[in-house]
Amino acid sequence: MFWTVTLSLLEGFLGTIKLFALTLLFALPLGLVISFGSMSKLKVFRLPIRFLIWVIRGTPLLLQLLVIYYGPGIILGNNLWGGSSGGRFAAALVAFVINYACYFSEIYRGGIQSIPAGQYEAGQVLGMTKGQIFRKVVLLQVIKRIVPPMSNEIITLVKDTSLARVIAVYEIIWNGQAFIKSSGIIWPLFYTGAFYLIFSGLLSLLFGYMEKKLDYFR
Amino acid sequence: MPILEVNDIRKSFGSARILSGISFSMEEGESLSIIGSSGSGKTTLLRCLTFLETPDSGSVLVRGDKVFDADEPAPDASELRRRRAHFGMVFQSFNLFPQYTALGNVTLAPLLASGGKNEDEIVSAGRKLLDQMGLSDRMGNYPHQLSGGQQQRVAIARALALHPDILCFDEPTSALDPELTGEVLRVIRELADNHTTMIIVTHEMSFARDVADQCIFMDSGVIVEKGPSREVIDNPRAERTRQFLSNYNS
Repeated sequence: MFWTVTLSLLEGFLGTIKLFALTLLFALPLGLVISFGSMSKLKVFRLPIRFLIWVIRGTPLLLQLLVIYYGPGIILGNNLWGGSSGGRFAAALVAFVINYACYFSEIYRGGIQSIPAGQYEAGQVLGMTKGQIFRKVVLLQVIKRIVPPMSNEIITLVKDTSLARVIAVYEIIWNGQAFIKSSGIIWPLFYTGAFYLIFSGLLSLLFGYMEKKLDYFR
Repeated sequence: MPILEVNDIRKSFGSARILSGISFSMEEGESLSIIGSSGSGKTTLLRCLTFLETPDSGSVLVRGDKVFDADEPAPDASELRRRRAHFGMVFQSFNLFPQYTALGNVTLAPLLASGGKNEDEIVSAGRKLLDQMGLSDRMGNYPHQLSGGQQQRVAIARALALHPDILCFDEPTSALDPELTGEVLRVIRELADNHTTMIIVTHEMSFARDVADQCIFMDSGVIVEKGPSREVIDNPRAERTRQFLSNYNS
């Protein structure tokens, strides 16, 4: 039984990892775009983006999942996600990407704005272009500052993926819970915790390593 | 022909007028100190010259070439960089790049400008400059491993690496304790002895008197007095200058 459960949970965890990895893949760059928008001098960019960030950070991710999955069907009268598991996964991915991009954008913004003006000015008087100043002077300092808050957010994402089951996206908890009905046992559900722990533990090690790597300057 | 000619520079921030018509000129190889109380506009003047602020009116000429004119449309980014290259700047707070070594700080901008060509030359020129600053054994250190005085000397080498026509210092020793102040002032004195054209905003009166050829005393956004340093500092003509200098026992 243990191996049957383990295999089933591993399969579910694959879904978890897939959602996790794809969310990061899209949300990390999208967050940077959103952070630039939220710092824009132009109100037409800044205000709508600040509004979006407010809405996304101000409402539960669970609710956003439901709105994004069911919303189009209710509002447009046509479920653009389709009924397949692939469609449900896509809807969940969109919700996660938007949600996490907004959180990331605020971390990026904090990191970028924490760089003293003197760093930009020194680059300017040394004749560097804006792009050179960002890439060669500011970027690594920003990365160093955002690693701790980002690792927090990313570890939260590992666990948040379980929310996708609300629109029937198969992930590890879904599979664990299935054993209650099929076999009348509840321990597989608790067993899922071990998978989360191991994975977030590995991530903590990775981020710890990154922090250490960036420790050569202050 | 003067190397620098500043004509009627004015600058306000909102309703606060900081510079109310600054005009002066200086010759090549001359060092000029700017003294005055905090808020008199010294730093703003330096920031206007180095294009960190845009004056509301006035013009700046380097060797007779107009590098700034408030009446003309603002230059594009690459033209601005070209004009800016006339000036080097050393900041009060050093503003070294923390993720680069001392040598990396000195060579970063020249390497970017050359597009990676002449790397060997640029690096050996950087080493030579740091050597000249007395930092031969500190080239591989990161800024946080250096004392304030060493950081400021790296910053001076970094500015010199681009061969500016005029090197500007914005209170280069104000963030340093007296011991470290001395080592930075020694380096600046050496530059003055080698006839590096410099503008030094400073609160170090005895240094201004002994090292700078010319001295400007500023107050409330205007030049109250300009002349040879010893005259201005030892025998000020204006009452306001006398009042200001009476705070120093130099």
